[in-house]
Amino acid sequence: MREFIYYPGCSVKAGGKHYEESLLPVFKEIGMPLDEMEDWNCCGATAYFAVDEFMAAAICGRNLSIAEKEGKNVIAPCAGCYLTMKKSNTFLKSGHEKAKKILTDLKNNDCEYKGSLSVIHPLEVLTDDIGLDKIREMVKNKLTGLKVACYYGCQVVRPYTEFDDPDYPTKMDDLMEAIGATPVDYTAKTRCCGGSLAGTLEEVGTGLNYVLLKEAKKKGADVIVTLCPLCQFNLEIPQNKIVAKYKEDVRIPILYFTQLLGLALGIPKEDLGFSRSIISLDKMWAKLRNGGSNEQ
Amino acid sequence: MEIQEKVIFEGDLDSTFLDEIKDKSFSDEINRCIQCGTCSSSCPMVTYMDYTPRKIIAMVKHGFKDEVLKSFTPWLCASCYNCQVKCPSQIKITDVMYTLKREAIKANTYPSKFPIPALAQEMTKLIAKKGRSSELWLVLNMYIRLKDPISPLKYTSTGINLMKTGRLSLKKEKIKNLKQFHSLLKAVTEEKK
Repeated sequence: MREFIYYPGCSVKAGGKHYEESLLPVFKEIGMPLDEMEDWNCCGATAYFAVDEFMAAAICGRNLSIAEKEGKNVIAPCAGCYLTMKKSNTFLKSGHEKAKKILTDLKNNDCEYKGSLSVIHPLEVLTDDIGLDKIREMVKNKLTGLKVACYYGCQVVRPYTEFDDPDYPTKMDDLMEAIGATPVDYTAKTRCCGGSLAGTLEEVGTGLNYVLLKEAKKKGADVIVTLCPLCQFNLEIPQNKIVAKYKEDVRIPILYFTQLLGLALGIPKEDLGFSRSIISLDKMWAKLRNGGSNEQ
Repeated sequence: MEIQEKVIFEGDLDSTFLDEIKDKSFSDEINRCIQCGTCSSSCPMVTYMDYTPRKIIAMVKHGFKDEVLKSFTPWLCASCYNCQVKCPSQIKITDVMYTLKREAIKANTYPSKFPIPALAQEMTKLIAKKGRSSELWLVLNMYIRLKDPISPLKYTSTGINLMKTGRLSLKKEKIKNLKQFHSLLKAVTEEKK
């Protein structure tokens, strides 16, 4: 079994705290406790690539070197970190002249990177390394009747397509099915939430996310589950503004897939960051109590 | 009414622009664009753009350097890579957009009042200084750069919601080994000269 070191990224230490709060107990429960990388730096996100792509690769190289010293692959829960580090890793291993120069700079600054690692998303570890059969065996509370819309966003499924299908991935849906929930046919699952644009351009944020919420509601979902702190933020935060603008009640809880998985594994709900939800979860709790019925 | 000539003649275009962008984005495939428009139809941001992605590629191919580097389009690319995986000619369109952003910053032709390039540059500055990003301070730095004290007020309710749920951090994050980090950045910068 591959070994992993945990790269949190800046978002799960701030607005996306409940991702880390649910991810770590889940991995502990399945017998693969995650240690946080020592003194990691920001991956640079999409911003650094827009300003200086070689510097972006260099700062990711520093993180990769820390992980390599431990002999462990990097597990990155944020889609932005995942792609940025994966892209930089691919570039550093490419043999390109500029890549070789950056590797030399890394070496000269006590962070040599030999290029032995992979960057992995926790969802891949759960479905591919651990396997759904093992997870099915470990489920203590089946989430029977809970209808979930699985939202993958962009950067985990594109442009590297080995993770899953770039348009209609199913790994998260399969995981949700394994814990007893019912995934709905969510065709908007890889439509963009706007990324870092949504927070700064309000019109863009409400426009793109209205489509995502509306489709989930239409398909009868009780919650949307996400795998990225920026997607979670963009789908949840503007909901009241969207309701006011489009005169349509599209409010729906936006959770992390690790929160529902933790619940199914029998981890107390107080330990999974549910209190950080801004949208009320009352209907979801009632439905789970009643085994999928909407009656209170 | 003043009559203005709207046609741009070949002599006004920059014939080296295509090679420059191909080289910098590692995308030799730009030549192969068949103008099918799959990129524009798959783009979630296209309705906000001044030139569609298809047009941008055509303009890069034919040397409309000034127009392209002043355009909002690259800055409205959210890096969703939908066009890139769908392009029948395998053009790395998202990577081309990144190159155009960098070139626009270098040429100082980017829309300076627009929040996105301000956000990218402030985030880069913050990371280069501290090794980490801190959401709240990044947003504040961006509005200071834009000299816009009004827009942040629109986010009051967001701030309150985040504070109530313990998701707003006032801490300025930084890494421990800043000396090593800064020395690495310096080495990479010097090489480019």
